[in-house]
Amino acid sequence: MQHGKYRFILGFLAIPLALYAVFVIWPFVQSIYYSFTDWTGLSPDFQMVGFDNYTKMFEDDIFWKSLWHSVLLALLLPLVTLGLALFFAFMINVGGRRRRGAAIQGVRGSGFYKIAYFVPQVLSIAIVAILFQFAFDPAQGMINGLLRSAGVEGDSLPNWLGDPQLALWCIVAVLVWCTVGFFVVLFSAGMASIPRDFYEAALLDGASRITTFFRITLPLLWDTVQSGWVYMGILALGAEAFAVVHIMSVGPGGPDYATTVLPLYVYQAAFRDGQAAYATTIGVALLVVTLAFAAVVMRVGRRERLEF
Amino acid sequence: MGSTSARDNEGLGRRDLIKRSAALGLITVPTMSFLSACASGSGGEDKGKVEKGTKSDKNPLAVNESAPLEVVIFDGGFGTQYAEDANKIYEKNFPKAKVKFSKTQKIQSVLQPRFNGGTPPDLIDNSGAQQMDMGVLVGKKQLADLTPLLDAPSVDDPSKKVRDTLRPGIVEMGQFDGAPVWIMYYAYTVYGVWYSQTALDKLDAKYPETWDEMLALCEKAKKQGIAGWTYPGKHPYYLPFSLYPFIAKIGGVEVLDAIDNLEPKAWEHPAVKAAFEAYYELYKKGYVLQGTPGLDHRGSQGAWARGKALFIPNGSWVENEEAAIIPKDFKLSVGAPSGLDSSDKLPFGTIWASGGEPFIVPAQAKNVEGGMEQLRIMLSEASSKSFTANTKSLTAFNGGTTGITLSDGLKSGVAALEKAGQNVVNPRLQDWYVKLQKEQIGVAGLGEMMAGRLTPAETIKKIQGYADAVAKDSSIKHFKHQK
Repeated sequence: MQHGKYRFILGFLAIPLALYAVFVIWPFVQSIYYSFTDWTGLSPDFQMVGFDNYTKMFEDDIFWKSLWHSVLLALLLPLVTLGLALFFAFMINVGGRRRRGAAIQGVRGSGFYKIAYFVPQVLSIAIVAILFQFAFDPAQGMINGLLRSAGVEGDSLPNWLGDPQLALWCIVAVLVWCTVGFFVVLFSAGMASIPRDFYEAALLDGASRITTFFRITLPLLWDTVQSGWVYMGILALGAEAFAVVHIMSVGPGGPDYATTVLPLYVYQAAFRDGQAAYATTIGVALLVVTLAFAAVVMRVGRRERLEF
Repeated sequence: MGSTSARDNEGLGRRDLIKRSAALGLITVPTMSFLSACASGSGGEDKGKVEKGTKSDKNPLAVNESAPLEVVIFDGGFGTQYAEDANKIYEKNFPKAKVKFSKTQKIQSVLQPRFNGGTPPDLIDNSGAQQMDMGVLVGKKQLADLTPLLDAPSVDDPSKKVRDTLRPGIVEMGQFDGAPVWIMYYAYTVYGVWYSQTALDKLDAKYPETWDEMLALCEKAKKQGIAGWTYPGKHPYYLPFSLYPFIAKIGGVEVLDAIDNLEPKAWEHPAVKAAFEAYYELYKKGYVLQGTPGLDHRGSQGAWARGKALFIPNGSWVENEEAAIIPKDFKLSVGAPSGLDSSDKLPFGTIWASGGEPFIVPAQAKNVEGGMEQLRIMLSEASSKSFTANTKSLTAFNGGTTGITLSDGLKSGVAALEKAGQNVVNPRLQDWYVKLQKEQIGVAGLGEMMAGRLTPAETIKKIQGYADAVAKDSSIKHFKHQK
């Protein structure tokens, strides 16, 4: 049986690995190489400049600001989104008042909620960002319209995206809004596979809803939560955060750099400023942050296997 | 039934991760030399250039009569009809040549790989949000010198050179560091304070020529519930459209030149301070439309077109851009910036006007002469007129407004240029140092000041800091005004 096993595995893996090497590893290697040059991105000639780009990056205030915002998003977004999603999923599946005939069930109308939460997921992130840009518009926007009808007037109406104190929170809110539904559905699916007898047993012992959540639901769902955590973190460090900031924010990245994030800074350096080499340098920093994030999640999330 | 995470098949462990990144680092080193032949392509030599044709009166640039021409046009506010018309003329003049035409809004995404590969098209309208950085293109010798085009006879009058048929400032704008002209700006934009004459008539006012009059008019409007000013708060780099000529009017053109040349303390000039304080007063007195810092260009222009604010700093494209919502009786007009007082160096009427839609002919293009010939066709009176009639914008061709019906905004733009005479200023920050102008001066400086979060003194200090940093940064190519 063992004979030829590795050859067999290799045969299957060769093509995907080759593709991975060409389209993932190779670009990484290239960008690390370019970060040591003065390549503009607009002409084929460039020189090696050693660590110049890195020195420049470490002295660059905007880089540190972008880094801080990216790290903040990577820490905050998974926490808020997954927390909310767990709560919603629990309420939809388990949290309902006990009725005759069934040991556990969701709150009334849970079928409707499940669909409602998922709806943002079918919209493209660009559309979501544009819609929220209209909603946040201080003069014509829906949010200030609601505030106005609630009696808030004049200067006390917030400027939302135009206010450095609020702008980043607006971005966070949009990202949470458009991702939470996916995790509600994901966690619901996870919860459905938890045997009902566990709940029944717990309820017979007089456990409250909060106890069942922390003692049964969360531990048995941990695997799903962990992958959700990685997924959210990457989303916060990468494309999704970039798209929302790029489309919605003042500038973009403003006001006064209040919302700039690493991928946006990479994009601007490469495609606006003609400093492709510097952009790859920031990209390398982003790679380090992403690897660190993945390592932390792996470390924190490691725990014993549970079989049921 | 199911299982949660298992230790032994965890997928990607931390140790693996470190090991792999170390391995990555190891293979990086030996591949360095191999790499340089990769994404940045090769290039440099004159490969595949077409032969020159026969020089004649009809073909002063000696275009190869049968060589194909490739044109890429930015598909923006001006559309592409004008370029397609010019292509037809080119094909008529050179029946054996084929014009390959394409349009895009993503100039950079489409063309950057071709520049890197050394195979760019022959003529490009390098415009729009994805404009390729001109400073870098020039610095890296990617553009052809357009001097042969400027010295060629014009289409309409063979005794006149193309150079002598252009509006003031166009040729200088195409220069970066010395005599060669790298860019031909085709459209001609008038910047200033845009307003509705009808709205002023309703307030029984005329366009204010001094700042005191401006403040008085804003106060009058405020009493009627109309804001004096609005601007695209999300793109505060519209403010310079009226602010820079205002600075020039107060302190003379030298102040703007010093700013463009990134001279130390250029922003600390009293004229800059006076202008900043005047604009800050608009905020302080509540003359700026509430919520403006959160509005984008369409939002602020919309509010202005609906009569919620009197004035907006903008360029002549606004007429086309908001054509759908500007009311018929709006009487769109442009004003030169109101002066500060009688001690101003330049007279009222000093205005910012300059070229837009930068056309370039890449140095590596196969058919450089063809690209220039196409520009020569576009700079004829007939082509210029058709552009103006279609897009409500002037062109670099000096004239071309007689015999066609001008829209309100265009008419007022022509009048403003006449009134300005020689006092047309042309600040260059927005094409020399895009990041400095838009993100640093615009968003982080003026945007913050007009939202009331920075005082004029703090703003000047901050902007001067940014300008000094750019002047010091050796990775940025620096330019100076040609005297």
